[in-house]
Amino acid sequence: MSAGPVHARAAGAISPARIGAMVARYWYLLRSSWPRLLDLVYWPAVQMLMWGFLQLYISQNAGFFARAGGTFIGAVLLWDILFRGQLGFSISFLEEMWSRNLANLMISPLKPIEFVIALMIMSLVRLAIGIIPVTLLAIAFFGFNLFGLGFALAAFFVNLLLTSWAVGIFVSGLVLRNGLGAENMAWTIMFIFLPLTCVYYPVAVLPTWLQHVAWLLPPTYVFEGMRALIIAHVFRLDLMLQALALNVVFFAAGTFAFLTLLKSARTSGALMQTGE
Amino acid sequence: MTSPPAIEAARLVKVYKTTTAVAGISFALAPGSITALLGGNGAGKTTTIAMILGLVEPSTGQVAVLGARMPRERHRVLHRMNFESPYVEMPRRLTVRQNLKVFARLYGVPDVADRIAELAGELDLVELLDRETGKLSSGQRTRVALAKALINRPEVLLLDEPTASLDPDTADWVRARLARYRQLRGATILLASHNMVEVERLCERVIIMKKGAIVDDDAPAALLARYGRDNLEEVFLDVARGRGESREAAQ
Repeated sequence: MSAGPVHARAAGAISPARIGAMVARYWYLLRSSWPRLLDLVYWPAVQMLMWGFLQLYISQNAGFFARAGGTFIGAVLLWDILFRGQLGFSISFLEEMWSRNLANLMISPLKPIEFVIALMIMSLVRLAIGIIPVTLLAIAFFGFNLFGLGFALAAFFVNLLLTSWAVGIFVSGLVLRNGLGAENMAWTIMFIFLPLTCVYYPVAVLPTWLQHVAWLLPPTYVFEGMRALIIAHVFRLDLMLQALALNVVFFAAGTFAFLTLLKSARTSGALMQTGE
Repeated sequence: MTSPPAIEAARLVKVYKTTTAVAGISFALAPGSITALLGGNGAGKTTTIAMILGLVEPSTGQVAVLGARMPRERHRVLHRMNFESPYVEMPRRLTVRQNLKVFARLYGVPDVADRIAELAGELDLVELLDRETGKLSSGQRTRVALAKALINRPEVLLLDEPTASLDPDTADWVRARLARYRQLRGATILLASHNMVEVERLCERVIIMKKGAIVDDDAPAALLARYGRDNLEEVFLDVARGRGESREAAQ
């Protein structure tokens, strides 16, 4: 056991090396298992094909849908960015709970913010693995090119990803505090956004009181913006900016909740018992 | 002038809702010392170690490691300490090398490949480096966990039942490695254990806990003399069954 300190750079500010270590850890895991990789593509592909064919059928029988070609497929793909973004974040976190490795991380120099940044990077990686092939399938099957939305796609993407991370951070805090008993939240929490953010229909369809709730959620602006772009060929920058402003609030609230739940986990001893 | 303690607990209390896990304990461990924390199930050993590691916030009182108060100032010292327990695992699907790489980078270890090769040689892991961690035997996994715990050459090493579930030969081997590490690096080691042979062989000081409180604290030889026993197991049983208290009362 030779001499010499080996931890010269471990303390201090945010460390890209520690973030890189965590990303490497999740990447090793992902590439070690082909079912994990397949799972990232399978369900988005099934959903896109189902909604794509449904839209094809409706558009042949209704004038409005003939004009609004692509809204369903666009909605499916954007919904998947929101849903898979959160899932990608939360599943990477859950991997630590499943492998009973969380205590090892919590006693290491890894800081909560570095952990969260690593989870965000992995969310992006998992999303790319799942969404890019499905987007190419949408071009092949239905001639719908999501990438053709250009700058608008970037605005949609950033806003949806920010919401998905904010929710993912919050859910991770819940699991940290309450153990794997709260795991189901990671899988289901995003579904409340499905009806409320009006993924497949305009906000005007909702009862008036529910419209007020819908407009409190950033993805609502994105889906309205997507329909404006595909149906009316108008890019609504105002909607994107409002979504961004709300996302800042969501992200801050998610981070605050995570740190509060982490502190509570330290008080309750939950970090020692990360099972059920 | 004496060195400041490596670990110092002062009136440390931890209450979970209505249960008192640790009831106002105080102790200081000198740098380079090796100490055992003994006690039956529920004595408060694991909670004490968790507070030292910064995993659990004390209800009242203070604990400091290398001068940093835990958990508030933990990021000042976490890179200088480490922990091993059979109850905390490493990702099973990652290979041993991948796991050690990840932890080496988390702890800011320079020359990661060299350090892993060095540890693999010392802990007899060379053949195991490219095998999945989850497919190893419990003895092999303990060696890997020990490699993780030593990856950053910690100045403070905490161990929670480091040889639990190991066969006597492997357990003896692990104890020899720990003794050697402490001798070479001058590390401070605190271990919670139920294994009295281990404690007698490794430790120069024993802190005995019962119901969250420290009921005795001395060198193994002094404890044997005080309780009039031949080995620590008998001392442990005296304390666990309250015989020490009744003897003191009679005296």
